[in-house]
Amino acid sequence: MTLAAILFYLFSITAVIAGTMVISLKNPVHSVLSLIVAFFSVAWLFIMLGAEFISMLLIIVYAGAVAVLFLFVIMMMDINFAELRQGFAKYLPVGVIVAGLFFLELFVMLKLSNIKGGMLPLSCAPPSTATSNTMELGKILYTDYFYAFEIAGLVLLVAMIGAIVLTLRHKEGVRRQNIGRQVSRTVEDSITIVKVESGKGI
Amino acid sequence: MNAFLEIGLIHYIVLSSLLFTIGTLGIFINRKNVITLLLSIELMLLSVNINFVAFSAYLGNLTGQVFTMFVLTVAAAEAAIGLAILVVYFRNRGTIAVEDIHMMRG
Repeated sequence: MTLAAILFYLFSITAVIAGTMVISLKNPVHSVLSLIVAFFSVAWLFIMLGAEFISMLLIIVYAGAVAVLFLFVIMMMDINFAELRQGFAKYLPVGVIVAGLFFLELFVMLKLSNIKGGMLPLSCAPPSTATSNTMELGKILYTDYFYAFEIAGLVLLVAMIGAIVLTLRHKEGVRRQNIGRQVSRTVEDSITIVKVESGKGI
Repeated sequence: MNAFLEIGLIHYIVLSSLLFTIGTLGIFINRKNVITLLLSIELMLLSVNINFVAFSAYLGNLTGQVFTMFVLTVAAAEAAIGLAILVVYFRNRGTIAVEDIHMMRG
């Protein structure tokens, strides 16, 4: 058995088991942690395919940002998770039937298609080995796909603004700095000079 | 036996369809828990990414990897917006049960 095959089966079986745990565990915190395991094993598979940049991106963006975001949200909300699990057994048979049919369809399509499973070399960094995967990716990302890249940035901007607008909450009664009011204050409306005669109070 | 040992495109496609099926199953069986629904969607997007990268390596063309980056972007945006909606919903209702979400029904 070659090393590539051993590694492939190791990481793919880990990914499938972790994926099954994501959908079946009771506690969503554990689900997110299994999702991180799945992401890591798929990142290893990407390295085997020669896509190092995407692999690192998967670890940094998914495991580092998205999964941690999920963890934050789950931990901030006080949810009764047992209540949310009702109906798990009820929907399980239907779900298994539909998912099984779906996988069967995919498998039949794969059998009928004329993709020949030619062996992929362990590291097939396309198209040249002289430069790195990241460099080649940058070369086509910033030329051929420049507009798509800009639109992707715009999507992230819109998502950021949307998330802020949705969750921002102005509480009443919180004293905040109002720079306009501060600047427009004049001597006349902020202090008054009172003549106080000696021996008498105001 | 040789088909099992020589790792080819087919193996990656089968893995990807397995993960996609698991994601679909997750959407079916976790009907009440929005967080697990979002996690299932992330799993499905991951399987799509596997497909893209496997075909990119198979064809020797980096376009698949570029599109994987766009899928990652959309997935991150979707997670951010989805969780923000979830936080606002939890603030208003005190629960995240899916079947309670019918306030906008006409």
